[in-house]
Amino acid sequence: MSVPETAKDGIKFTGIASREELAACPGITTGERFEKGPVAVIECVQEIPCNPCEHACSSGAIVVGQPITRLPVLDGAKCIGCGACLAFCPGLAIFLVHKNYTDTSSLVEFPYEYLPLPAEGSLVPCGGRDGDFIAEGKVVKVKQTRQNDGTALIVVEIPKEYFMDIRTICRKETYHGQG
Amino acid sequence: MERGMKKAQVVIVGGGPAGLCAAIEAAGAGARVVIIDENNSPGGQLFKQIHKFFGSFEHKAGMRGCTIGARLLEETKSLGVEVILNAPVYGLFKHEGGMVVSYAQDGREKAILGEKLILATGAGENALAFPGGTLPGVMGAGCAQTMINVNRVLPGKRIVMVGSGNVGLIVAYQLLQAGARVLALIEAAPYIGGYGVHASKIRRAGTPILVGHTITRAIGKAQVESVEITGLDENFQALAGTARVLEADTVCVAVGLSPLTELAWMAGCDFTWIPQLGGHIPIHNENMETTIAGVYAAGDITGSEEASTAMEEGRLAGIAAAEALGLAAGRTKEMKLEIWARMNALRTGPFGQRRFEAKTQLLGSARKAAQ
Repeated sequence: MSVPETAKDGIKFTGIASREELAACPGITTGERFEKGPVAVIECVQEIPCNPCEHACSSGAIVVGQPITRLPVLDGAKCIGCGACLAFCPGLAIFLVHKNYTDTSSLVEFPYEYLPLPAEGSLVPCGGRDGDFIAEGKVVKVKQTRQNDGTALIVVEIPKEYFMDIRTICRKETYHGQG
Repeated sequence: MERGMKKAQVVIVGGGPAGLCAAIEAAGAGARVVIIDENNSPGGQLFKQIHKFFGSFEHKAGMRGCTIGARLLEETKSLGVEVILNAPVYGLFKHEGGMVVSYAQDGREKAILGEKLILATGAGENALAFPGGTLPGVMGAGCAQTMINVNRVLPGKRIVMVGSGNVGLIVAYQLLQAGARVLALIEAAPYIGGYGVHASKIRRAGTPILVGHTITRAIGKAQVESVEITGLDENFQALAGTARVLEADTVCVAVGLSPLTELAWMAGCDFTWIPQLGGHIPIHNENMETTIAGVYAAGDITGSEEASTAMEEGRLAGIAAAEALGLAAGRTKEMKLEIWARMNALRTGPFGQRRFEAKTQLLGSARKAAQ
């Protein structure tokens, strides 16, 4: 069964940040910074009252400031790519991207609050912001720390061309055969 | 009044986030505080909020609602607050020295005299009328959330969520976490009502969000077997040719909350009508005191918002009640100003602005009533 989408673009209409919204998002650093190593990608495009990310960052790379509804601003020069902010975002909207993991692959890390968790080393279908399949990825790491309070962080190795597209393990795939 | 009637300096009706925070502030100032709650455990809706809360880091944002609930309970316990459970309050009577609060417990009528009364009764889910809406399998989203997160029971396997406010979005996500399939989240308005980040979570999980859509009927004999939805035009009229049937076994309705104001009516509080806050709202001033002296209101009863603002309003009411009892320490004025600054900050931005304006209107009604 497929349910067609509505036409209008943008997070307020589809639940997915549009290309334009992401391009204007102050939580996403510049292209050059991605070449230099792992960096946080804060896909937060709506002014909501929230600031735990600012306090999660010990490098001072994330600034929300006052009022609390301001969008988080990421300073790519200060971000050390530690990923400490990921599990603190109640919106699960922060990702860690290591574009040049190898010549052909990138690492993308994201919060994942579903069971069962994938096994490290396994191949999983990876999807985009709409949950649709993009490419297969390899689970490099599954992080479950006390500090992250039940939110697992998953690191997948994926084809480099999708480093700004892949944001989850495909949940849709798990539905197949259950209909 | 019977001789030997139970007494407290502050009686709080409702042990949710607002009531617990009111108790903590009042008891912290030295008041003898009793909370009365009709449920079998305190915490209101906090213990089914298994997601991490938004808000300010200094005020427990980033922490899960259930964890916040546990912390608040510990605090009330350590401050010696008495919590009476399974006790619906059914009567309020003005009396010398305060208000007599009548409640039922273990099938008996009981009463307590409170010098100050704080109403923190919360809000209830709105219903939606549609053919088949009485079939088993149609339920409030809050009900489904209680089933999965408190009672660990999955209400259905194939779910249609109606309503895209934060409740609809969050409960849809939690149903996915609990192992259900959410076939679609539909919203009659042409846009998503809640936070985009909550919407993004369920989109990443593969759940479509259909704005400009409504449910036309639930179909089934003894229970929901399928659900018919349709697209809507800009006047909320069904668009020809857009009706379709989803093979769902459950419909969750998340179409807003209405403040539970019965006790405020009973107390004789003056009301105002503010649709953005959920309808009839008891008028209150900056101290959360209603137009009846010594009767305070805090949390969703003063307009549906979020737990973060409910906790702040509860603190205000608790501080003000203690102050009125002559118990307050020197910093009362500063504490109240700090709380107002935090609440105003929570009510900024595109989502908060309308609530800020509505709350400002409500305080304006209080000033008018005082004249």
